[in-house]
Amino acid sequence: MIALTVAGLTLREAMRRRVVWALLILTVVLLALSAWGFSKLIGLDTDLGTLTSGEARLVASLLINLIMFGFSLIAAIGTAFLAGPQLAGEVESGQALAVLARPVRRSSVLLGKWLGLVAFGCGYVVLAGLAQLLVVRAVVGYWPPAPASGLALLAAETVVLLTLALLLSSVVSTMASGIIAVGLFGATWVAGVVGGVGGALGNAGVERVGTVSRILLPTDGLWHGAMNAFQDPIALVQMGQSEGGFPFLSEAPLSTAYLVWAAVWIAVVWGLTALSFQRRDV
Amino acid sequence: MTSATAVDERVGVPPSPAVWCSGLRKRYGKQTAVDDVSFAVARGEVLGLLGPNGAGKTSVIKMLLGLVRPDAGEVLLLGRRSSDPRSRSAVGYLPELFRYQPWLTPTELLGVHVRLAGVDVPAAERRESLALVGLVDRADDRVGGFSKGMQQRLGLAVALVARPELVVLDEPTSALDPIGRVDVRDLVLSLKSRGVAVLLNSHLIGEVERVCDRVVILDQGRVAAAGTLAELLGQREVRLRLAGVEARAEALLRAAGPLARSGDWFTVALAADDDGVTVPDLVRDLVGLGVRVHAVEPVRISLEERLLGILRHAEVAP
Repeated sequence: MIALTVAGLTLREAMRRRVVWALLILTVVLLALSAWGFSKLIGLDTDLGTLTSGEARLVASLLINLIMFGFSLIAAIGTAFLAGPQLAGEVESGQALAVLARPVRRSSVLLGKWLGLVAFGCGYVVLAGLAQLLVVRAVVGYWPPAPASGLALLAAETVVLLTLALLLSSVVSTMASGIIAVGLFGATWVAGVVGGVGGALGNAGVERVGTVSRILLPTDGLWHGAMNAFQDPIALVQMGQSEGGFPFLSEAPLSTAYLVWAAVWIAVVWGLTALSFQRRDV
Repeated sequence: MTSATAVDERVGVPPSPAVWCSGLRKRYGKQTAVDDVSFAVARGEVLGLLGPNGAGKTSVIKMLLGLVRPDAGEVLLLGRRSSDPRSRSAVGYLPELFRYQPWLTPTELLGVHVRLAGVDVPAAERRESLALVGLVDRADDRVGGFSKGMQQRLGLAVALVARPELVVLDEPTSALDPIGRVDVRDLVLSLKSRGVAVLLNSHLIGEVERVCDRVVILDQGRVAAAGTLAELLGQREVRLRLAGVEARAEALLRAAGPLARSGDWFTVALAADDDGVTVPDLVRDLVGLGVRVHAVEPVRISLEERLLGILRHAEVAP
């Protein structure tokens, strides 16, 4: 009950801040631009001749991953900077005092904030992602093999990042938590690309960089799962295994074990946040 | 004085006072903020917390409300341990550092706090809380546009909206104009008349003197003095201008109470339970010793002087 009240408050905050409307306008502009770009793909003159509709669909499936990465980046930055002010900011400004002096458990307040952010972040990623898929289908006729699980994995990636941002927000200041969370997100993505290159070159040591970073912070792993769900299966065959290092293609869907690990990761980080918030003097 | 206070003095711990704390201690790094603080606020009593900046008043309040974890000590709020969130179900709190969600309107904010408190307060009653602090005309404006004084008034409404049995006000008038201060005084007195206990932390001694039944004075994290206003202020002094004072006469003065001397002027602090014969007897005995008495003036101590006296004494003591 307390958690739902706080979740509602968090969502209301997200809706009433102008930055959210800016995000919405940005997304609509991105969607419109991508629609225009995709429409130019068919009949595009390249060195190899004009792209046929089949080739255009293949390119589109790659470009979808690129644009989805853009969305996941927007969602990551958006939620990380929304999560930052939730704990650290409210404690610093004194907003938390009146709320925490009520007959509430801090873990319920945390759960409420987390649920509100999850609803906001996932809502954004799923709606923006779905809109993008519909735009691509309307323009070039490409529809990904597993759109639902792709969007779900994109949403899971957002949940991982906002959970991390909340943990950071319970120990460091507002801005620091947002910057560290987005920085780690970027670092993991780069480590994933490095690992992919290592794999393509057959260097097990370099490949391990990607594997380890995906275990430490599951954002990049989930992102690869999402890409795999969005891309045209023919793309991998055409690009060949030697192009495995290409950052907007994923070779294999996620294993159940990895999904379980991501869930455990979220639970553990959430638990640490609750513990840290419980002990914090406000 | 309320009967509850009498109980407090007789047995130490009355049955479920509004606030009871014992042995509170808190360190921030090497700095000891609060050291062995114990006191109680009876139901329906108004207790003033006084002390200089950095005396630990806000830290004590935050420990009472579970916002800061004490290093040692125990707290009971309305009969429940403060580790149990339900101890705060009937507690209203106005923080010193007040800030409310700027994107909400006062009506929405009170709605949120009523839900957090788990109390079913109808909309009309919530509106009354806003009317009480003079914000009913701004009920549907965003809090973000409010002045500091208006936010503090809103904070009072938040503290009062969920039918509290204990209200904790930390510097409730810091941002208010003189009229606002009078309003707060009336508000505290009306709470008292309804049997609501109030813990008031304020720099304004006059404010505390007017509304509080009892006062706890904190200094450097410790309780420097505590008692009813009568106990703290009941102590009177007498100033005498004397000539020809010798050792025997001075001993006589010291026997009457703590003595301070400045030139010809001798100030004797009288005991709170002085029955009114000390001064005439003292004058008679002094005259008997051949001392020439030029003047005898009674001095009434204000809370401010008493506070300063206690704090200055504490500075000298260690």
